[in-house]
Amino acid sequence: MKTEDLIAALALEPDFPGPRPCRRRIALWSGAGALVAAAVTLWVMGPRLDLGELAGQASFAGKAGYTLALAVAGFWLLDRLGRPGAQAKPPALALALLLLSGLIATVIELAMTPAAGRLNQLMGGSALICPVAILGLGLLILLPTLWATRVMAPVRPALAGGAVGLLAGGLSATAYGLHCSETAVSFLVVWYGLGVALVGLVGAALGSRLLRW
Amino acid sequence: MEDFDLQIQSLISRSLEGDGAAYGELLALLAPRLRAYFGRRLSDAADAEDLVQDTLIAIHTKRSTYDPALAFTPWVYGIARYKLIDHFRRQGVRRHVPLEDAGVLLAQSDTEAGTARSDLARLLVRLPERQRRLVEDVRLRGMTIVEAAPLHGYSEGAAKVALHRAMKTLSASVASDED
Repeated sequence: MKTEDLIAALALEPDFPGPRPCRRRIALWSGAGALVAAAVTLWVMGPRLDLGELAGQASFAGKAGYTLALAVAGFWLLDRLGRPGAQAKPPALALALLLLSGLIATVIELAMTPAAGRLNQLMGGSALICPVAILGLGLLILLPTLWATRVMAPVRPALAGGAVGLLAGGLSATAYGLHCSETAVSFLVVWYGLGVALVGLVGAALGSRLLRW
Repeated sequence: MEDFDLQIQSLISRSLEGDGAAYGELLALLAPRLRAYFGRRLSDAADAEDLVQDTLIAIHTKRSTYDPALAFTPWVYGIARYKLIDHFRRQGVRRHVPLEDAGVLLAQSDTEAGTARSDLARLLVRLPERQRRLVEDVRLRGMTIVEAAPLHGYSEGAAKVALHRAMKTLSASVASDED
């Protein structure tokens, strides 16, 4: 095929839709996945028993704020990594600040806890269940979001897949917070963090294959 | 160089409004520059021309990833560089493709089109018969849609839709051929 013929054929569809359709599509599919994950959490695992009380609501909101911020960082990162030539530095910096503030809060909390209680504080009552649950719920969000991301053009597909995983993991962790009644900051940062990181790793592994174009 | 940037910017803003002629002109401006870019990095002219076409198709199918708030040249450069890396990967060649300033893409231009390997006839057989004949008349024999449509039992509008679908199928076949 001659290049000039190709150009003439392509010029039949000149419309550039702008950046919004991609964003809308990813938000829609990750949002739908998050609703499924929340429904599974509530029906299979049940809501945390104190969710009706003020203290429970405050602890849920605090944790949800952190995990949603991770999801937003993932979305922002993906929006940059999915566009050739776009700078990913601002969202990467935001993510680094978020993780750093989590780390600092963890260190402060553990430093203020008597030495004998530190391990209990960190492990809570569900340290090993939490990352597994977040990973499982995260897959429900990761797969549709990866599919939605195929419209983008990441020049580094594995990295973009990792960003999809961060978005899915953040949403999954937020959904899991409906069930989990752990209140320690160190528990949130370490075990929720591990769960989100696992979803991120699966996203990177899948992304390196699925997000090629 | 600055004139060229201005020219590109004006073509983009017209393309964004759905001006097909401006969009065709934009792609026609990019093609020789892509050719020079790939030509200097590949020894085989047919490979280079294949990559020019792949990149033009990618620019087209991925145009929703262009953010008009950002500069256009780095976007095109990102696509071209990705296609070059992808080409080496498919060939099993380990070769580092340095991340250069996007301006290298505009620095040189080569209007001497090589012959692409992807054979149009081979791609066309994948189209349904009626669509294929329409594409041949309009794209290869240079008939207008108004002339060609009734020959194959299309209304003018239906012919436009059929051409559009055919181009989608062709773009998809070019993409899957690479796998």
